[in-house]
Amino acid sequence: MPQSQALKGLDYLQGNEALVEGAISAGCRFFAGYPITPSNEISERMSWRLPQVGGIFVQGEDELASIAMVIGASWGGLKAMTATSGPGFSLMQEGIGYACITETPCVIVDIQRCAPGQGIATKGQQGDMMQARWGTHGDHEIIALAPASVQEMFDLAVEAFNLSETYRVPCLMMAEEIVAHMRDKVRLRDPCELQLRDRKRPESPPGKPIDFHQPEDEAGIPPMPRFGDGYRIAVSAFSRNRMGYPITDKELHGRLLRRLSNKILKNIDAIARFESAFLDDADVVVVSYGTPARSAKSAVKAAREEGVKAGYVRPITIWPFHHEKLRALCGRAKEVIAVEMNLGQIAGEVEKAVACNARTSLVSSPGVEPPTPWEILSKIREVA
Amino acid sequence: MEHPALKYFRKERLPHVWCAGCGTGQIFHYTVKAIEELGLEPDRVVWVSGIGCSGRIGAYWIGDNMHTLHGRPLAFATGIKLARPELKVVVHGGDGDLASIGGNHLIHAARRNVGLVAICVNNFNYGMTGGQVSPTTPLGSTTMTTPYGNDEPPFDLCGLVASAGATYVARWTTAHARPAINSIKKALQKDGFSFIEIVSQCVTTYGRRNRLGDGPQMMRTFQRMSVSREQAAKMSAEELGGRIVIGEFVDRERPEFSAMKGELIKRARGE
Repeated sequence: MPQSQALKGLDYLQGNEALVEGAISAGCRFFAGYPITPSNEISERMSWRLPQVGGIFVQGEDELASIAMVIGASWGGLKAMTATSGPGFSLMQEGIGYACITETPCVIVDIQRCAPGQGIATKGQQGDMMQARWGTHGDHEIIALAPASVQEMFDLAVEAFNLSETYRVPCLMMAEEIVAHMRDKVRLRDPCELQLRDRKRPESPPGKPIDFHQPEDEAGIPPMPRFGDGYRIAVSAFSRNRMGYPITDKELHGRLLRRLSNKILKNIDAIARFESAFLDDADVVVVSYGTPARSAKSAVKAAREEGVKAGYVRPITIWPFHHEKLRALCGRAKEVIAVEMNLGQIAGEVEKAVACNARTSLVSSPGVEPPTPWEILSKIREVA
Repeated sequence: MEHPALKYFRKERLPHVWCAGCGTGQIFHYTVKAIEELGLEPDRVVWVSGIGCSGRIGAYWIGDNMHTLHGRPLAFATGIKLARPELKVVVHGGDGDLASIGGNHLIHAARRNVGLVAICVNNFNYGMTGGQVSPTTPLGSTTMTTPYGNDEPPFDLCGLVASAGATYVARWTTAHARPAINSIKKALQKDGFSFIEIVSQCVTTYGRRNRLGDGPQMMRTFQRMSVSREQAAKMSAEELGGRIVIGEFVDRERPEFSAMKGELIKRARGE
């Protein structure tokens, strides 16, 4: 029986499948993607589900085309998404830069696998976290989320669309193979309770000049018209003036660059979310995100049972990284341990945030499996 | 008196970027002329372009336009067409844009039969970046990256796109204004992927390095070297050397991509 609406209620799904349902509930109606392990279940389910809800699925001829189609569809008024893995994410970086400067809402999912290169296509890693931050060309701010459970694959897919639409910025879902292929019970939330957000549309009718490109306000987010509605908009990746026309002027370029950054940075309190536990009296804080955070949480619980004052912080939003908030959460802890499934990427951000108050260390895994709770627990014991 | 094409041009952007004698502005004119003669509402026609001299065509169009990435205008345009199938979408790209970095998107747009009008400004080189060799540079020609003469054979773009499945394929030169306009009109009325190659003079880089003279001289050469498709069929490969074969190569009907997606949605919904 075709489900012509978003699915609701309890289900038992794989992470990738839950993510698709979250995207559809968020209003995603366009998907273009190119096959790559371990993200394939996303395009497979999209090809099945999107037509049922009146949406469009295209298998692009490559990742370059897929991200370009997504951006085109977004200007055609649809909420649009693509999904890939490391090597494909590298190919999409060109398009992501285009989406940043043209302020195109879109969601890009990276189901990270062991890399670089072909690496291990079927095993997870968090190796693209810095690619998410700096993979595309030029100064920019971007939003990246790191789901740690099947439920979060659904919930953060919704949030990714909301953030992308609100701030007119590409939003990255930086999951990895483990959470993508994990199966679990998931509550598919009713779209009525989701508080979906849509991009701001121009308020005045077509015909009047509207500031689509460069609001006066430094942190302003301009309204986004849709192609074909008569606003006669010129979309271009050139650095631009208020009309959207190319400029070569330092002042104007600086104003654009700062506005694109500030619309994210000035809203960092609203954007950046954390999960935390046992922080009140913590001497040792473990900071971890995505699947490894599951190991980190059980290690912290075990340490507590041994009488060690250990705490746990999980950044859900990786970019923009909220250093101040993390510093505040870590409080008086003298030891902060970063845990991740790479040789140390976000650990550098943790250090930047807390090095003034605490000593930092790293428990890492090269991928395939996350660090185990025992490895983390022995580090906690060592530094406590 | 104002130039008749100016009412479709973003006048505040004058002067445009093209060199004196360049054919790109003529191709802008041929496109708006086709739109005007068909009586199409400019707000219902989106122009998409890539990067390079031809990439600037779309950005001067009075209506909605999207200046995209090098090689990718057809992929962006596919997204736009699928989201708003009721709009006409015109894509301008150069030989480097559509046939080199974007070659994959070109054959797949033709295979899918996406309802786009793709106009390739073939000026035989990368003009904007200083005149490097492209996939349509004739054998032996001098460019900035073929100082000893081009040793790579060029593409027959129309043959390529025709075999990939386009529903309308034609080639003209800037010296064939009326047939080019008529082809664009025809393409705008087709329901499928249309490809029109317009051979265009690059005076500043390609023309200068190959001593081809100024704009009018290059156009006269195009005219002299052009043979119709029908004439060409009777000529040997040797006789065709250096000739430009002009005319309509394909005019057929096939189901259009966005319409097929609409049908698929109905099927999936059990309608």
